[in-house]
Amino acid sequence: MAVQSDVMEATGPYDRAKALNAFKFGDVTFYWITRACAISVLLILGGIILSLIAGAWPAMKQYGFSFLFTARWAPSADPPVLGALGPIYGTMVTSVIAMMIAIPVGLGIAIFLTELCPQWLRRPIGIAVELLAGIPSIIYGMWGFFVLGPFLADSFQPFMIRLFDGVPVLGSIFAGPPSYLSLFNAALILAIMVLPFITAISVDVFKTVPPVLKEAAYGVGCTTWEVVRNVVIPYTRVGVIGGIMLALGRALGETMAVTFIIGNAFRITGSVFSPGTTISAAIASEFAESDGLHQSGLIMLGLLLFVLTFFVLASARLMLMRLEKQAGN
Amino acid sequence: MNFMRAIVAAGLVAASTSAFAADITGAGATFPFPLYSKWADAYKKETGNGLNYQSIGSGAGIKQIVAKTVTFGASDMPLKPEQLEKEGMIQWPQAMGALVPVVNLEGVKPGELVFSGELLGDIYLGKVKTWNDPAIAKLNPKLKLPSDAITVVRRSDGSGTTFLWTDYLSKSNAEWKAKAGSGTAVEWPTGVGAKGNEGVAGNVSQTKNSIGYVEYAYAKQNKLTYGAVINKAGKTVLPTIAAFQAAAANADWAGAKNYFVILTDQPGEASWPITGATFILMHKDPADKAASGEAIKFFKWAFAKGDKMAEELDYIPMPDSVVKLIEKTWSADIKS
Repeated sequence: MAVQSDVMEATGPYDRAKALNAFKFGDVTFYWITRACAISVLLILGGIILSLIAGAWPAMKQYGFSFLFTARWAPSADPPVLGALGPIYGTMVTSVIAMMIAIPVGLGIAIFLTELCPQWLRRPIGIAVELLAGIPSIIYGMWGFFVLGPFLADSFQPFMIRLFDGVPVLGSIFAGPPSYLSLFNAALILAIMVLPFITAISVDVFKTVPPVLKEAAYGVGCTTWEVVRNVVIPYTRVGVIGGIMLALGRALGETMAVTFIIGNAFRITGSVFSPGTTISAAIASEFAESDGLHQSGLIMLGLLLFVLTFFVLASARLMLMRLEKQAGN
Repeated sequence: MNFMRAIVAAGLVAASTSAFAADITGAGATFPFPLYSKWADAYKKETGNGLNYQSIGSGAGIKQIVAKTVTFGASDMPLKPEQLEKEGMIQWPQAMGALVPVVNLEGVKPGELVFSGELLGDIYLGKVKTWNDPAIAKLNPKLKLPSDAITVVRRSDGSGTTFLWTDYLSKSNAEWKAKAGSGTAVEWPTGVGAKGNEGVAGNVSQTKNSIGYVEYAYAKQNKLTYGAVINKAGKTVLPTIAAFQAAAANADWAGAKNYFVILTDQPGEASWPITGATFILMHKDPADKAASGEAIKFFKWAFAKGDKMAEELDYIPMPDSVVKLIEKTWSADIKS
């Protein structure tokens, strides 16, 4: 520093101003380049929304809000009758079941890895979880189609159907006939696919808990369960929920694997063992052969998925903000 | 919308056109894909000219040729004459094929199970729910069929195969015609959807007590149990090349404008009722005349030398009389 200022003073006030100007120019350029990068995200996002709206416009004009509440999907009728209720239902059901399975299992793995796992086992399990994330979704689809689907249809589904036969509500949720292409099978594949998101992020945030907090808790005689329950989870709540939301976003939008094993039927049935469809699976299987209102309806489905995902992420943000406020108080 | 289509179209064919600029490009139906690729292979060995055919489905193929991103389009559903006129295109049948109902039923051998069009319609409507239903038993008095539920398998993507199938069901089952109708994608009353002929074949071979429909070659390759069907003349026929040809022979190609003929439910005692032709679509006044000339050369070669290859793959070659008509169409209608 000293050497630099000597040089600057020696060259006189005029050059000093010039040098400062040069710095300022660099700063301004840097500011605008980074700002342009940031704004480009908004532009791209806006462009996607606009083109979706433009593509969906004919269907919006034709169906309006009834699009959301119609269960019939008949592209070959004249005029076509298109309703999104079936795919919306399928998307919701598969995502909810997937999260019901993936959240406890994912958190369980993360807690085991950070708190209980012997050192030598950590790497193999950690790598296995990362590998799960690296498997392409088409592989999950094929595995679900050839291995998981038949297995579930031959053993798990008949068992559940017999177990809950005659029980109100549960009996109709787990109603037959068994099918290896079903909402439940798709949800199970989704659960496996989103597991690494929840686990990896939870492991990372669990590692940020200051050791001194945990040691203090152990010091006053807490068990591992109590430490996890009262120290680790509250401390990392925000991060864990962030991971869960990321997983949910993936579950809502996953296409290829779901298309393989959900059965692609536009129907709403009480049983999770019956075939259904999701928004993304419907678009994937019908877009290539669609035209006119049919295609517009599919684009409207895409817009719907976009909005749905946006609301999930926005409500997650809101929830996090509220939690942070509470923690602050 | 056109803009969007153009982007999708460009994306689908960009890779092929830029990498093999000298090749003929075409896109469309999945049904004739094995045949076209076999022809293309032999043609390349003989002439050095390649063919790049993308089997993206009939509807998408029509879209591509209308958008002029490919030299020819291929569709299992012929375009109506007025639609062709509007786009300034011609079409001709390049080959014929047949669909068969396939089942996965324990103890039932290929060709044993007999269906009628009406029964197939009722099964696909979800009215006939189990294999021991009286309607099935009536046509199959000798077979012992289980009381299990029927799993109906159909296409989830729009397809020319579905068009032929639903067209046949519409012709033979009034309730099907009223409720679902015919088209490349219809409102399915029941069943699970699978992508492509191979998807349906895979689903049926995996699922016990299921029924599906596939192109004959797929049924044969996957060793699926196909059924026999009662045709318009009231005779029970098995899916054989002779039965397919009988149906094709009864079609009135010369009298049909722009070859607009749908081959399902043709008369004749030996006719297989679910037969269909696969069509090629081209512009009358193509932008790239050299490319379209090359494509015509290829199809001419296929008519002249491709019959044996077609039969090996269980397609039915077009009769010579029809080929003569088509060659006249080429010289009269396509500018070169």
